[in-house]
Amino acid sequence: MNARKKQESAKSEAVHRGVRQDEGMRLASIRPAIEVCDLSFAYPDGHAVLHHINLSIEQGERVAIVGPNGAGKSTLMLHFNGILKGEGTVRVDGMEVAGPNLPRVRALVGMVFQNPDDQLFSPTVFDDVAYGPIYMGLAQDEVQRQVTWALQQVDMEGYASRVSHHLSVGEKKRIAIATVLAMEPSILVLDEPSADLDPRARRTLIQLLKRLPQTLIISSHDLRLVKELCWRTIILDEGRIVADGPTLKLLSDEQLLYAHGLEPV
Amino acid sequence: MHIHPLDAYRFGESPLHRLDARVKLSLVLLFILCVSLTPTGAWPAYVFLFTLVLSVAAASELGLTYALKRSFLVLPFLFAALPLLVTTRGSVLAEVSLGGWSLEVTAPGLERFLSIALKSWLAVQMAVLLTATTPLPDILVAMRALGVPRLLVAILGLMWRYIFVLADEALRKMRAREARSASAGGKGGGTITWRARVAGQMVGSLFLRGYDRSERIYHAMLARGYDGTVRSLPLKPLSSTERVVLGTGIAILFSLLLLTHFLG
Repeated sequence: MNARKKQESAKSEAVHRGVRQDEGMRLASIRPAIEVCDLSFAYPDGHAVLHHINLSIEQGERVAIVGPNGAGKSTLMLHFNGILKGEGTVRVDGMEVAGPNLPRVRALVGMVFQNPDDQLFSPTVFDDVAYGPIYMGLAQDEVQRQVTWALQQVDMEGYASRVSHHLSVGEKKRIAIATVLAMEPSILVLDEPSADLDPRARRTLIQLLKRLPQTLIISSHDLRLVKELCWRTIILDEGRIVADGPTLKLLSDEQLLYAHGLEPV
Repeated sequence: MHIHPLDAYRFGESPLHRLDARVKLSLVLLFILCVSLTPTGAWPAYVFLFTLVLSVAAASELGLTYALKRSFLVLPFLFAALPLLVTTRGSVLAEVSLGGWSLEVTAPGLERFLSIALKSWLAVQMAVLLTATTPLPDILVAMRALGVPRLLVAILGLMWRYIFVLADEALRKMRAREARSASAGGKGGGTITWRARVAGQMVGSLFLRGYDRSERIYHAMLARGYDGTVRSLPLKPLSSTERVVLGTGIAILFSLLLLTHFLG
């Protein structure tokens, strides 16, 4: 890395740190957003995917989970709202992700899946964005308000009556984010948010994610996006955390990146 | 926005497009019921029903022949009614010998066959007009309003949402097969069993992909709070104009039915 780049990255890390310190003071008394203790998971066919994962994510943090295909990133994220249940404990805002806590946990953790066609399962955009609020038991006019607000957040006002199949991938992605924003979660979990996006749609998405105040957990192969959005990065390989630290530090370690199927940017 | 061949809806601003789906669906179902209850050979009633179809087609602003053209999909189903020609008793019109059998086409048989053909053709035209002027999501809401079980409506909704995704997937697979269906000078193409095996594998992998997708969709539903019951927002009441349209439609169909039955 040349001197100018080094200087830039040091500067940007300092800015990130500054923000983090302010947040740290504000949130010092608050419980971690997500706490994972000794989590292991194997699929019913015996294929083990996660091995003794330990991690803690603070409120307001933006964390990237990176790693090669099959490293267990998506499997780990599906534990954050209790869709998968492994051995060990996962806590969201101090609540254990299990049994009677599940509805509250799912209202706190908004999960955006990789393929928007899986996330947008209702006949119209309105039905999809209203789905979460309806299940949260909100009254009709509140549901309506949440849908309008969430679509505004992702700059998709006027799309409510559209049919998902007729949207572009970029539009579907933003609607998918609106479907969870409508539930006003405090943590957003995004699986490969920039996959299949053209450069313009990707840029719009990054701008949108930058604006969001929630704790963000992003799994991605797009290291440039990670660098731009997340201060902290966790590298996952073969179901184990192999590195956890400041994004700029990890992403400048070429040896580490190559060793785990990643490429420096 | 692209139009998918599987989507019957045609965008428009006609009065028929704007009419509430609940009114449209109720009237179409009543129309079909009325058509099927009209007695055999009630030709004047058929003419009246046809004028109803034509006036609805005019109100749809899609052109008078729109439903007419699409209603021919009913033709293959008429084969099921063909035996009526020869199994109804009455005065013989013609004799057909088929192999060793001699079949007699009777006048009442012909009348019944033509009545069934006309009636199904009329009913299909009205259904075509409904699907062309009403987006399917609205029809689903209307079905819910008419008391169709919510789970069934939800399944129909998912089916409609994913039939396009599945069709696109199948299309991509077929393109990939075409792209590799080269020939090195000879006849190429392989044996019929080999080709059947390839087609079978394509269907199989499509099924597996669909199955995987259903799992992911279920996860997405769970993530947004799905708990096994299908919930939806309450429906807004019908406006007074919509009530009038519905009432008038019911009155017309009911009087027609009474007339055909009492006047023979």
